[in-house]
Amino acid sequence: MPTPEEIKLRIETAIPGARAEVEDYTGGGDHFRASVTAEAFAGRSRIEQHRLVYDVFGAEIGGPIHALSLKTAVA
Amino acid sequence: MKSIDPITAPSTQSNPIRVAIEQAIAENPVILFMKGTPDAPACGFSARTVAALQALDAGFAAVDILPDPRIRQELSALSNWPTIPQLFVDGELVGGCDIVMEMYESGELAETLGVEGSSAQTPAEQLPDEAAASGLQIENRLS
Repeated sequence: MPTPEEIKLRIETAIPGARAEVEDYTGGGDHFRASVTAEAFAGRSRIEQHRLVYDVFGAEIGGPIHALSLKTAVA
Repeated sequence: MKSIDPITAPSTQSNPIRVAIEQAIAENPVILFMKGTPDAPACGFSARTVAALQALDAGFAAVDILPDPRIRQELSALSNWPTIPQLFVDGELVGGCDIVMEMYESGELAETLGVEGSSAQTPAEQLPDEAAASGLQIENRLS
């Protein structure tokens, strides 16, 4: 199961210039909250910004990553 | 008796669930795909999203995705969005719990729904917390 650090790393690697803060908010290893800022979000709707982050994890969302709650903002 | 050739049969024959979902989205100006029902949400995120809509006194249709795992599958393929709940307004995906809550707090949700938001609306902190309700752990009632 992924750790917050892994999730943070994967987001920052996949989305150039992104800064992510990730926490496991239930302590159970599968419910995460991520706050992501990135220049890449500029000009995109919230849906598009969130999709950019969800796409990093593909089919893991709903599986090993049971929940990934997102807050995104333009850097 | 005419037999139906599956290759040329209309798509309704091969994917009735997808068609039903598309139809529901087209026929209902505000529709929430959720886990459970508005009276008995089965997950904290769905509960929170429903509460925001109810706090605005907005009319909405609700679809429980739990009875059949294909509903969620087809919905996600259609909307290109991996999580539940999903709120559609006028045929377009508005977002899941996070986006709906941001919009609720900013007043954008009231605007999008065409209802009167007001400074007296229930503060977001008072709506059900997704972590508190996740103790239900009955999200996958696959019978």
